[in-house]
Amino acid sequence: MSDVIVLAEHFDSEVKKVTLELVTAARSLGSPVVLWLGAGCTDSVVETMGSFGASQVLVADSDAVRNHPVAPGAEIVAELIGSMSPAAVLVASSADGKEIAARAAIKSGSGIITDAVEIAADGTVTQSVFGGSTIVHSKVTHGTPIITVRPNAIPATQAPTTATKTDITPAVSEAAQKVTITNRAVVEKGARPELAEAEIVVSGGRGVGGAEGFGVIEQLADSLNGAVGASRAATDAGWYPHQFQVGQTGKTVSPQLYIANGISGAIQHRAGMQTSKVVVVVNKDPEAPIFELADYGVVGDLFSVVPQLTQEISSRK
Amino acid sequence: MKIAVCVKQVPDTWAEKKLRSDDSRLDREAADGVLNELDEYAVEQALQITEALGGEVVIVTMGPERAAETLRKAISMGADAGIHLVDDHLAGSDAIATSAALAKALEGRGFDLILFGSESTDARMSVIPAMIAERLDLPQVTFAQKVDVSGTTLTAERVTDYGYDVLTTELPAVVSVVEKINEPRYPSFKGIMAAKKKPVETLTVGDLGLEASVVGAAAAWSAVADFAARPPKAAGVVVTDEGNGGTKIAEYLTSQKFI
Ligand SMILES: Cc1cc2nc3c(=O)[nH]c(=O)nc-3n(C[C@H](O)[C@H](O)[C@H](O)COP(=O)(O)OP(=O)(O)OC[C@H]3O[C@@H](n4cnc5c(N)ncnc54)[C@H](O)[C@@H]3O)c2cc1C
Ligand SMILES: Nc1ncnc2c1ncn2[C@@H]1O[C@H](COP(=O)(O)O)[C@@H](O)[C@H]1O
Repeated sequence: MSDVIVLAEHFDSEVKKVTLELVTAARSLGSPVVLWLGAGCTDSVVETMGSFGASQVLVADSDAVRNHPVAPGAEIVAELIGSMSPAAVLVASSADGKEIAARAAIKSGSGIITDAVEIAADGTVTQSVFGGSTIVHSKVTHGTPIITVRPNAIPATQAPTTATKTDITPAVSEAAQKVTITNRAVVEKGARPELAEAEIVVSGGRGVGGAEGFGVIEQLADSLNGAVGASRAATDAGWYPHQFQVGQTGKTVSPQLYIANGISGAIQHRAGMQTSKVVVVVNKDPEAPIFELADYGVVGDLFSVVPQLTQEISSRK
Repeated sequence: MKIAVCVKQVPDTWAEKKLRSDDSRLDREAADGVLNELDEYAVEQALQITEALGGEVVIVTMGPERAAETLRKAISMGADAGIHLVDDHLAGSDAIATSAALAKALEGRGFDLILFGSESTDARMSVIPAMIAERLDLPQVTFAQKVDVSGTTLTAERVTDYGYDVLTTELPAVVSVVEKINEPRYPSFKGIMAAKKKPVETLTVGDLGLEASVVGAAAAWSAVADFAARPPKAAGVVVTDEGNGGTKIAEYLTSQKFI
């Protein structure tokens, strides 16, 4: 069975859920081999990868990988494509993931498909485009298929095996080290699930009225174990940190449940949440375009509807 | 400082986008073409840099005849010149071929900075800037929410999942910007009039020194097998709050097994 390279998405030694989704998807194409760039690949990480079906974990950790974005990763992926002739390379549809995929595609003479939501055993990729209005099936026709996969699209399932861990030390060229990371600003993530990976997202917009208003949004999110999101109007006003912006220029989310509170539904916001499975809307303007997406909507003031909802959820649990 | 800004003509943001049934390509005729709004931030950034440090801004686009309007629109913000890659052989190019053509057009012209928007609103791939950096062997600083140029050193904040990274590199470099970086200006009447007289170079595949076989639909390294409109979502239920809106939602969420 041929290998399928999976580029791990992680933050320090925390594996992101999408990595397990990628390993799951890789199983239908061949034997998943995880590539871990940088530090943090502990034995327990390797064990987790194995429990989802990875046969090997290759760790490429060096100063070159840690201190320079994208280009070193692309070189390593391209080198592995050359030496392993994998059936495919699967990467998360994150900023780094897409760019590593893009550069590796050029280096290895391979076609690339971004934002897959499904991958069939014959390599046919399903994409959901134009805000989810159109379903496209396509296939890479040249070189090694390089496919970026949307978080939360392919459910991770276990397939226990034992993964072996191998340190690889690929050479990284000078050219790939021209950009240096001099500082890393990490915003406190807190206890809530990560936005892009959350099953439930509760968002607030301009209707929340201020930073204090996000208290009711956070309480609702916590009652459902969900993540908090925000519209650009709310992040630009400084009511909520930019990292939580949902939309074209923020995060793309695809949760089971999206609750939009005080958000009008501008096209740029929809672009980031339109593929949510169930959408609930609270807005006091019955004409707000966000109602077009609603499976269930309430026309009303979020400051009375949302706390009542939170209360109800707590009492029903 | 010589800066290129790559801009793309995309279907109007609010227009319904559809693929054509005969060749599975985006039906660009069906909607007005507009300047990809994220590219406006790249043009603005270029203008701010040259206003501070002196220099020249050249707008570069690849697209059919009518993309010339978009090129003029970008120039009318205050740029100095344009380059338009226009050739029927380019039609149907995928990202790989688009980056090959743009890279050839940008190469050897002495640009200190090549600016991009962070994504096009139609393709939404966010791969062209990285591919150009790869092809031209230039440092890439993408998803920048802040850019400073001092001498030949560029410092930027790259937006990440966890916050941002501060990056430094030496010029020349490829940079893509996010919408947080600035507030794009509207073209002034003077700018619009001046743009009509700014030089625009048009380039064919031959002018780029590329074989026609490496661009266009036939050279695409991925192919659409089929596509379909997603069945329309059943219309949802919308109720007016009469003091029990929260309870109503809770009942709905219970029926959907979220609670
Ligand atoms: C290049 C570009 C990129 C962009 N990217 C993004 C993006 O990534 N994400 C994003 O979200 N936006 C993005 N935008 C901005 C987008 O166009 C909208 O401006 C933004 O989404 C509006 O946010 P909003 O819905 O919170 O505010 P508004 O449009 O002002 O809507 C507020 C809503 O709250 C309702 N409301 C007010 N008070 C209450 C109350 N007490 N109870 C209930 N409802 C109430 C109002 O009826 C209204 O519908 C982008 C714009 C541009 C140009
Ligand atoms: N045909 C094109 N002509 C010029 N620039 C382009 C073209 N396509 C994409 N770009 C640039 O690349 C960026 C990212 O596009 P994409 O990778 O398609 O999401 C855009 O914001 C533009 O700056």
